[in-house]
Amino acid sequence: MKGLVTNTITFSTVDGPGNRFVVFLQGCNFNCVACHNPYTINVCNDCGECVDTCPSGALTLDAIGAVQWNESACTGGDTCISVCPYDSTPKARYAEVADLVAKIRRAAPFLSGITVSGGEATQQTEFVHALFSAVKADQELCLLTCFVDSNGAAAPDTWLALSDTMDGAMIDLKCLDPEIHRTMTGQPNDMVLASIHQLHAMGLLYEVRLLLLAGINDDPALLRSTAAWLADIDPEMRVKVIGFRNHGVRPHDPPLIEPSPDSLHSAAELLFEFAQFDVCVI
Amino acid sequence: MARKRPLALPSLYGQPYGPGMEMNEFQERARMLVQDRNLGYDQRLRRLAVLATEVLPYPAISEACREALDKRVICDMYEGHAPYTARYILPDYEKAIRQGLSFLELPPPTDLDDALAFLQIMYAHVPSVTTYPVYLGDLDKVLGPFVDAATSDEELDRKLRRFWIGIDRMIPDAFAHLDIGPNDSRIARSILRVERSLRQSVPNITLKVDPVLTPDDLIEDAVRTVFETGKPHFVNHPMMVADHGEGYAAVSCYNSLKIGGGAHTLARLNLKEVALRHTGSADEFLATTLPTFVELTAELIEARIRSLVEQQGFFETHWLAAEGVIDIDRFSAMFGIFGLAECVNLLMSYEGHDETARYGHDATADALSRRIIERVAELVAARPMPYCNGGAGRCYLHSQSGIDLDKGVTAGTRIPVGDEPAMLEHIMTCAPHHRHFASGVSDIFHVDETALRNPQAIVDIIRGAFTSGMRDFTFNLDSNEFVRITGYLVRKSDLAAVAEHTGVRHGSDYLAAGSEDEFHLTQRAVKRIGCNEREPR
Repeated sequence: MKGLVTNTITFSTVDGPGNRFVVFLQGCNFNCVACHNPYTINVCNDCGECVDTCPSGALTLDAIGAVQWNESACTGGDTCISVCPYDSTPKARYAEVADLVAKIRRAAPFLSGITVSGGEATQQTEFVHALFSAVKADQELCLLTCFVDSNGAAAPDTWLALSDTMDGAMIDLKCLDPEIHRTMTGQPNDMVLASIHQLHAMGLLYEVRLLLLAGINDDPALLRSTAAWLADIDPEMRVKVIGFRNHGVRPHDPPLIEPSPDSLHSAAELLFEFAQFDVCVI
Repeated sequence: MARKRPLALPSLYGQPYGPGMEMNEFQERARMLVQDRNLGYDQRLRRLAVLATEVLPYPAISEACREALDKRVICDMYEGHAPYTARYILPDYEKAIRQGLSFLELPPPTDLDDALAFLQIMYAHVPSVTTYPVYLGDLDKVLGPFVDAATSDEELDRKLRRFWIGIDRMIPDAFAHLDIGPNDSRIARSILRVERSLRQSVPNITLKVDPVLTPDDLIEDAVRTVFETGKPHFVNHPMMVADHGEGYAAVSCYNSLKIGGGAHTLARLNLKEVALRHTGSADEFLATTLPTFVELTAELIEARIRSLVEQQGFFETHWLAAEGVIDIDRFSAMFGIFGLAECVNLLMSYEGHDETARYGHDATADALSRRIIERVAELVAARPMPYCNGGAGRCYLHSQSGIDLDKGVTAGTRIPVGDEPAMLEHIMTCAPHHRHFASGVSDIFHVDETALRNPQAIVDIIRGAFTSGMRDFTFNLDSNEFVRITGYLVRKSDLAAVAEHTGVRHGSDYLAAGSEDEFHLTQRAVKRIGCNEREPR
């Protein structure tokens, strides 16, 4: 079983509980204005635009016209990503479950678990399930927890399919208001809201993340209705309030604005009016 | 910030290793010392005492050994010419408290107040190479009998807090060290709370970690304390017990030794300098050059032990020995090495490899590093040493974390500052060496502040590092007010005070200022083990 993997991080302290091995999968069903890694959105269409721009000659077109990336020649300058007209990268590669398991095994004594992120993890649900199953079936790895970091836009069947191997999901709630959500992501939010309900009911909702953009989704009235909606599901929910940062984000007109630390803290205060959430502000 | 070179240290450095200095030289050095405006009263007094022994002849050593000392291939840690105290002493405080001390006319204490006063008095009389005690006890065990359900946490915190302030002000030296763990206890928890609230550089602290006995919760509490103060240090308890038995402690700059014993002396071998004196292959290095210098180091250690034990008669005369609080049979000496990184890289270049094939970044270089350490360990284990029954008649091997005079050479078995690979590769490179160093290693890992919100992640790394065979290590957080110099801890504000000649209280701050000038250790590479932007690169 193969998956299209953008990259992996051996130790991460910011992708779930404890120290985690993170797998980033290529391809996303959203197109968020605030995306921090927009080159993970699309699967490379082999247009070849990047090939001649590579300063170290690490990119070539093969006989059938597919872009090939030579990892050992790559110097990591990411010119390819900056010139890509299609929000993609030539460096994503198909990897076998077994390849990832070998990498995880090396780091396993240092880990609480693994997290599959993206891109959008649920776009490759079968692969995620195969990876989680392999971890759970392995004597050395079976104690690692398996988490998914998702935009939540997945059908109920996705979560049912993952439920026998997944220990928790972290869901981004870009906006409770469907119209603002559509402006921010290009998609409606009904599946996201349904996923949060469903995962909570299944006991698999680890946390909900609120990414706040100044002037777009940080209106107090909107945050109040979000807090009320979340409190109705679980008044002790883990909620992470994340301030938008411009780093890595595509240019936008008008420019997107980072919220001030003060406004993030008042957002957190506002959440506490509704319930004793387990709030973390970043 | 551009720094003035803050100190001239004529009394400690550059002395000959021969018959002792002439009186006119002594007079000149003594005059410079007592007039040195950079030094406080205490520091002048202590340095004068070292200077005075340099009038005496150096312990008898061969010409080859003297030359190796002169050229700094081997180093005697500037202990002076006539050692009259063991370098590191670990009194058995539990025993002292149980039986009382007749020399100090102290009966066994009966309550917590008495026990704390007993310890404070005893600390004032425990000698060491710094003149201050380097071991303050496994305080959770020592104080355990005096804390029961009737003592509230508030009362415990209040009393320990007062005691802690006393330690910092009366023992102004970051080498003063106490231990807690591996079991959880109210005292250990109180010590961590007091540490976080006071944020002092003294005392230094070690948490003994046992994968079974030590709960995650206690390790996490310790990690939160690291975020505040850079302490504690973490040691692999089962690995230490296998080498020393249950009665061991980490003391001073992360030296693990037997309680009721200690180390007579520490001499160290600069592996970089040894490699510079070698021509030819790595195999020849291991077969001829390395053994020659290991033996010269052993010769120096033996001469210094005999001087301490036979000439000065430390153990015959000291009350700690007379009352059975220390026992010469629990002592050994420490054989230190440093500069492994440069040694490996030099030998690799002799064998025709380019500079990408270096320690921490290349499998061949890493394999060579393991052969070098295994060879040193084999040679030290084959060299009998007098009065070293604590180490079964041999020296303890030690990965030495450096002193303020080291230039262009990396501490112990560490990877050079700023050249460290990602954390997993870093640990995998260093871990295989740890089993050889019974008296400690002290690797340092830097983490960035994203870990603050996820202390469990650091607990995971600690457990993983011990599973991988690491013996001991320390974390440093980038934004911390404290900075670990070669192994001990100083406040950044105190470093600035030395540079600006405004005066500081801790003797160790002066040593730290020298290291910072030479090494820019405060710029050590921060381990980025995750990032906010979740960038999959």
